[in-house]
Amino acid sequence: MTMTATAVHAAAGATGLSKVYGEGETRVVALDQVTVEFRRGEFTAIMGPSGSGKSTLMHCMAGLDTATSGSTRIGGTELVGLPDKALTKLRRDQIGFVFQAFNLLPTLNALENITLPMDIAGRKVDQAWLDRVVDTVGLSGRLTHRPSQLSGGQQQRVACARALASRPEIVFADEPTGNLDSRSGGEILSFLRNSVRELGQTVVMVTHDPVAASYADRVIFLADGRLVDELTMPTADSVLDRMRRFDAKGRTS
Amino acid sequence: MYRTALRNVLAHKARLLMTTLAVLLGTAFVAGTLVFTDTLGSAMKSQNAKSYTDIAVTVSDPESARSIYGSGGTDSSAPVLTEDVRRKIAALPGAADARGVVSGFAGIADQHGRLIGDGFSTTGTNYVPGPDGSDARYPLVEGRGPTGSGEVALDSRTAQKGGFKVGDTVRVAVNGPVMQLKLTGIVHTNDPRVSAGGSLAAFDTATAQSLYLSPGRFSEVDIRSRPGTDDAALLTQVKGALPAGNDFSAQTGRQLAQDQDKMIAEATKGMSQALLVFAGISLFVGIFIIANTFTMLVAQRTRELALLRAVGASRKQITRSVLAEAVLIGAIASVAGLLAGTGIAAGLQWLLISAMDTGLPDGPLVIAPATVLTAVGTGVLVTVLAAWLPARRASRISPVAAMSSGDQPATQKSLLLRNAIGAVLALAGLGALAAGSASKATGLVAAGAGVVLLGVFVLTPLLSRPLIALFTPLLRRLYGMPGKLARENALRNPRRTAATASALTIGVTLITGLTVIGASVNQAVDKASATDLTADYTVAMANFSVLSSDVGTQIAKAPGVSASSVQRSVSVRVGDDTKWLTGVNADTIGSLVKLKMQEGSADALKHGQLLVSQGGDPGTQDLKLGDTLAVTYPDGTAGRLTVGGVLASDSGLTGTLAPDALIAPHSKPAAGAVGAAGAMAGLDKVLVKGEHGPSAQLKQALTDATGGNPLITVKSQQDLRDESRQMITSMLNIMYGLLGMSVVVAVLGVVNTMAMSVFERRREIGMLRAIGLDRRGVRRTVRLESLLISLLGGVLGIGLGVLIAWAANGLLRSSLPGLELVVPPLQLAGFLLAAAVIGLLAALWPARRAARLDILDSIKAA
Ligand SMILES: Nc1ncnc2c1ncn2[C@@H]1O[C@H](COP(=O)(O)OP(=O)(O)OP(=O)(O)O)[C@@H](O)[C@H]1O
Ligand SMILES: [Mg+2]
Repeated sequence: MTMTATAVHAAAGATGLSKVYGEGETRVVALDQVTVEFRRGEFTAIMGPSGSGKSTLMHCMAGLDTATSGSTRIGGTELVGLPDKALTKLRRDQIGFVFQAFNLLPTLNALENITLPMDIAGRKVDQAWLDRVVDTVGLSGRLTHRPSQLSGGQQQRVACARALASRPEIVFADEPTGNLDSRSGGEILSFLRNSVRELGQTVVMVTHDPVAASYADRVIFLADGRLVDELTMPTADSVLDRMRRFDAKGRTS
Repeated sequence: MYRTALRNVLAHKARLLMTTLAVLLGTAFVAGTLVFTDTLGSAMKSQNAKSYTDIAVTVSDPESARSIYGSGGTDSSAPVLTEDVRRKIAALPGAADARGVVSGFAGIADQHGRLIGDGFSTTGTNYVPGPDGSDARYPLVEGRGPTGSGEVALDSRTAQKGGFKVGDTVRVAVNGPVMQLKLTGIVHTNDPRVSAGGSLAAFDTATAQSLYLSPGRFSEVDIRSRPGTDDAALLTQVKGALPAGNDFSAQTGRQLAQDQDKMIAEATKGMSQALLVFAGISLFVGIFIIANTFTMLVAQRTRELALLRAVGASRKQITRSVLAEAVLIGAIASVAGLLAGTGIAAGLQWLLISAMDTGLPDGPLVIAPATVLTAVGTGVLVTVLAAWLPARRASRISPVAAMSSGDQPATQKSLLLRNAIGAVLALAGLGALAAGSASKATGLVAAGAGVVLLGVFVLTPLLSRPLIALFTPLLRRLYGMPGKLARENALRNPRRTAATASALTIGVTLITGLTVIGASVNQAVDKASATDLTADYTVAMANFSVLSSDVGTQIAKAPGVSASSVQRSVSVRVGDDTKWLTGVNADTIGSLVKLKMQEGSADALKHGQLLVSQGGDPGTQDLKLGDTLAVTYPDGTAGRLTVGGVLASDSGLTGTLAPDALIAPHSKPAAGAVGAAGAMAGLDKVLVKGEHGPSAQLKQALTDATGGNPLITVKSQQDLRDESRQMITSMLNIMYGLLGMSVVVAVLGVVNTMAMSVFERRREIGMLRAIGLDRRGVRRTVRLESLLISLLGGVLGIGLGVLIAWAANGLLRSSLPGLELVVPPLQLAGFLLAAAVIGLLAALWPARRAARLDILDSIKAA
């Protein structure tokens, strides 16, 4: 694909990113001097134990949360210091987001949910692209259904389609398969991987599941708010292996 | 379970705020009304008691009042209260003294010739100097009492309003030309009529008698008792001393005070009942809000309640726990409402007495136990009633629901049954309205209106979709996505939207109904006066008493008058019955009023014959063309009158019309009777046509012809129309004000619903923000939803209001022929606009809250 060939520079990145919650007794360092890059056209998985800062990293990078120090970029745009309005616009136009659950407006049907970011922007939908995304998601027959008429897996696929429909710079997905059985989860993961391979998108996904992580091109590992390791071309086994090593280290340290 | 209820109320303080406020406002209205009217009543009673303290027994001559205010005495041979009678009473063993009182009305002109005070309570009386030369009833503030026919004393308020000082010349009028009198003194009075905006002029007794009655005659004798005399015993003595043959009323002062107290109590009760109707409307509106709140709270707590059920709570316990919450909220809100209502009453009292100087008596606030019970009782009852259905629904939550996901289901229970019930109600109500309107059955119309309203409330969820769809194209065009989201949100829970809108519908319905009726009546009055009355000016007394006979002749001679006619009521005896004739100028009346004939000709008047209306007095037989009437005139002479024409029911003038020239000379009471020195019967009014139509010049000429009497009004047709319009307008304004409270409660409901919806949908809002809806978009979504709900309420209210006004017009048509439905488009558009503004304002706070929600917190919220 042409997109993969030209994707040499980063779609998003963070430099020296720290996030501290609370003060004194309740002070928690959720992110500690994280520097990371997500390359264009790459599918990255973020892994790490619970509380290691995975969600926080995503939120800060997606402009949903503000960093305590350090900087984050989306495309060529520096996020730190950006006013709320500009951040909102950035999220709308350049970022796609998939949450673990409850991604859809119950009052809108699947198609309306997919085109929501464009409708909010008042932008015309790129019909050819939309058709491709919908096709890839495999929801063509269910577009007029409301979320309550869709299964959990289908709902997540709609959410993924929405994240991709506006052709964002990058898609963040926080445990998108966390609530799904392995078959539905597999569908979502294949879809995300296809969107990278076939549509040239950039996807970053948090997951606890080594199998899920194996769909990615690269896995980064977080522990205690620090970037501790990285694995390219992962398989479920290699990921599991790394995780065991951390666990052992975590227990001994 | 009750501890759970208490904890819930505390936990949901903020969310219950609007509900509490709604109950609070309703009960405050109830309590305010009761406290205010009780206070006013007690102040009036204590003032009343003061004015009768030194009167042991009072005797009054009802005939005298009739001869002053009405149209001539009917039985002229009866004895009256003379100086002789007074002396005889004063000499009774139990009487200390007896005061002869003459009273009537007296208009006083200010420096510009305008009447001081309002026409109805301009009092004139006699000054009775005691041994020291002053009258104890009217203590002198300055100067001395009046002693001759050219002198007068005024009360201090009136003197101050007119800028008069002792020695000034004051223009005073009774029912004829103005008198120029010298002001000899300024007196103090606590006569309630005077302090309530009237004026008091005191003449010396002889002058007062000749002005109001006839020399030597009193309208009332007030007796003070000797110490140690029992009032009842004195009353018996007095009764024995009264000449027989007249229906004098003799009462003890205490009795009189009691009678007055009863009248005051009735008046304040009437006022309080009228106000309570509006308070009731506000409370009724409150029901929708309370029900909405509890429905939402129960829905939000589904899992919690299911958990309680799962661990063994019975259905009854769940119901009771929700109802206990309602009782708690009702009680808190009602007690606060009671306090607020008392505050409102105190404020109102201060406003009316101190700030606006309306002359109402002052007194301590009265908070009766009944007030406390009523206010708190209704507050709690209304809250519990409103929470009843949601509580029952809560008890039906199955324990399994504890395990289900917390997401709001978008699909609702079917509305099929509800719609069927609503349709039946609405149709039945419509039928009753139409039938009642056609058959002029007030009760049926009222019941129909109630049932239609109820039916529409039940149907509102169904109606909400098409009605809201009406506005959405515009919203989408103007606001894009927020417009669409607002629409979807407004429709996602039709019951809640309907209940919120219905609360507003009630107020809008009533306001629209009143407005449409008012506009219709205005138009009918305009039309009637434009077609029936051709006179340019109508001359009458400001206090609806009669004009002196001379006014008729003076006006006929005034420059610029082309035609004029008096309207003089004369009572004649026909056998044992009394019949009222209206004397009119036979030659001119046809050019001043449109006389529409059913039979015969209006010219019959010119031949000394009567024109009669039919079907006027129920119980008496209609006169027919050619009938002859044997009458006895007030002066005792007999006459025969023939019916020369029958007036149509829509004639400009109805009644029994007679040529004035024929009956006026006989309208003086019989000679010989005391007090019959006599004037002819007075005039109700004089109609005037100018040579060149109405003009300022003609008006001035007419005013001059009446000697500038401030009590005499000269009104053009336009003035009369304006007056009726103004009356309707001010009546409407009062009602708008009172209904305003129910609208305020409805607005609280909109705020409440929107705030709760924002809370329920915070995850959605967070998600929308995350995918790129900016704060402004969030605010807009909330505001537009609120706008849609309010417009729904407004549109339904306007429709229902017009419908009910149409039915009410049918009822009014019998007393106002030519009444047609007038729908004032600008005003109704104004109401719709107001509903829109209300919707936007109500959403201000919820929208701000929604926009400020933290994205991540909202998304994480369970
Ligand atoms: N709003 C907050 N206030 C205080 N501390 C927070 C807040 N959000 C997160 N934290 C803390 O920051 C740390 C990182 O949290 P984060 O949600 O990023 O973890 P995570 O890696 O996503 O965990 P999980 O796998 O459980 O989702 C945790 O210790 C958490 O307690
Ligand atoms: Mg997380």
